[in-house]
Amino acid sequence: MIIKQISVFVENKLGRLAQITDIIGKAGIDIRALSIADTSDFGILRVIVDRPDDAIKALKEAGMTVSLTDVIAVGIPDQPGAFSKAVQVMSDAEISIEYMYAFISRTDREAFVILRTEDIDGSVRVLEEKGIKLLHAEDVYHM
Amino acid sequence: MPHYFNEEIECASREKLRELQSWRLRETVARCYTNVPFYRKKLDEMGLSIGDIQSVDDLSKLPFTVKQDFRDTYPFGLFAVPRDQLVRVHASSGTTGKQTVVGYTQRDIDDWAEDAARALVAAGATKSDFVHVAYGYGLFTGGLGLHYGVERLGATAIPCSSGNTKRQIDIIQDFGSNILCCTPSYALFIAETLREKGIDPASLPLRAGIFGAEPWTEEMRKEIEEQLCIKAYDIYGLSEIMGPGVSFECCEQTGMHINEDKFIPEIINPETGEVLPDGEQGELVFTCIAKEALPLLRYRTRDIASLSRQPCSCGRTLIKMSKPCGRTDDMLIIRGVNVFPSQIESVLLELNLATPNYHLVVDRIDNLDTLEVQVELGAEMFSDTVRSLEYIEKKIKSALLSTLGLAATVKLVEPKTISRSEGKAKRVTDNRKL
Repeated sequence: MIIKQISVFVENKLGRLAQITDIIGKAGIDIRALSIADTSDFGILRVIVDRPDDAIKALKEAGMTVSLTDVIAVGIPDQPGAFSKAVQVMSDAEISIEYMYAFISRTDREAFVILRTEDIDGSVRVLEEKGIKLLHAEDVYHM
Repeated sequence: MPHYFNEEIECASREKLRELQSWRLRETVARCYTNVPFYRKKLDEMGLSIGDIQSVDDLSKLPFTVKQDFRDTYPFGLFAVPRDQLVRVHASSGTTGKQTVVGYTQRDIDDWAEDAARALVAAGATKSDFVHVAYGYGLFTGGLGLHYGVERLGATAIPCSSGNTKRQIDIIQDFGSNILCCTPSYALFIAETLREKGIDPASLPLRAGIFGAEPWTEEMRKEIEEQLCIKAYDIYGLSEIMGPGVSFECCEQTGMHINEDKFIPEIINPETGEVLPDGEQGELVFTCIAKEALPLLRYRTRDIASLSRQPCSCGRTLIKMSKPCGRTDDMLIIRGVNVFPSQIESVLLELNLATPNYHLVVDRIDNLDTLEVQVELGAEMFSDTVRSLEYIEKKIKSALLSTLGLAATVKLVEPKTISRSEGKAKRVTDNRKL
């Protein structure tokens, strides 16, 4: 249930993002989902890829500051109120969400939300208890 | 119309000054030998006896004193009087390690007050003036140094200290400050605040300003004079020697007259220690010949300047030194605070940020010095949340503030983006146009 997300430190400099995505592309790695958090000085690029270990290796070799983070992916039926339900589960369990980002799958009428919480194992447990669909890592990587 | 505080000294003949210096030098060397074990040991090691120093011509035989000597004898080891004769101590910011502690007897304070009074008079101050002292008061010598000079002159001191610019402006307007004393960058900041408030500087009672504690240029003088509608005079000093008033500018505004009855200046080659002739640039060295508490022999200031004995149209015969145009070490003066790159390094090391690679960018924005500390983000410091990175920045920032007393911007940069150089790392980019 735990998905490996790659986080890359990006200085706010022209062309930096292009450089990073180029490294990932040249290593033949597919990006599944991504988001960027930014401040005035720097950003953090967060990506889910098909081969996280290879991606980390390639980025490190290129001198990037990277880290691996455990996240979960929640499958949300594409209908009003569905996402709210999942968030409510977390709130009821008093688990704070650090950040999240969403992407839409090519096949199912389903949206996926990547969640990073302060308590990943606890999150998995409560979401499963409440019947919220969680995606397996392999499913995400090979989507 | 020339005007002096102590015409007898300020306009004394060179022969008379020389005689006074020689006599005081002999006396000082004797006192150093008798009262300061540090100097006795040094002179003994060099095989020098008191009798070897007869006049200023023998000055170059004496050993140098350096800042490290203060540290090695911290806090009071260079003092030449017992503690009960001290009436005040000051200290430098301690930016390179231990703070430098200096002490004064009552006579030292009186002498210092006179030095500052000479500077005030040279800038056109009179007894009936209100003198606005906006240097910091405290262990830093700026505030109290000028303050006592104002009182000695018989003018009225307004002890504003630094900060709270809007209130300072109210005071200038309401009290009628005639002479402003502060750092040159603060003077420009005041000018800018005036503009923001829509106050015409010409409407203020200010007539002149005495600015020091940081290096500034002729261009900056022009700016200050235009923006505040005053004459801007430079003043020089360092706590080890006395404080502000070691030398001061007169109406000529072409260098600072050194109070030679108390401090004998020399210019040396910083590499070899050899004394250089007038006009040549080198490291400024002072011997304090009138100080009771802390009579330093040939103290190396690390400031680069030159000396000139050309007659000055103001009538003063005191030798002039040029504005210091640099340092022999890597010290930066940022908003009047002495900062060494090595000190920032140790702050980073203390925070456990591995062997930090860092770069300092100093600039002057809106007339105020700014310091940006760029720190390479180590892999072990990185995590996936903005919050945690901002926390690191904040931690560095507050550590710098508490150690240097200086607010710096901290910028995390990617590893290996700070250029490495062979040999001595270039740690500083100083964009200030000085």
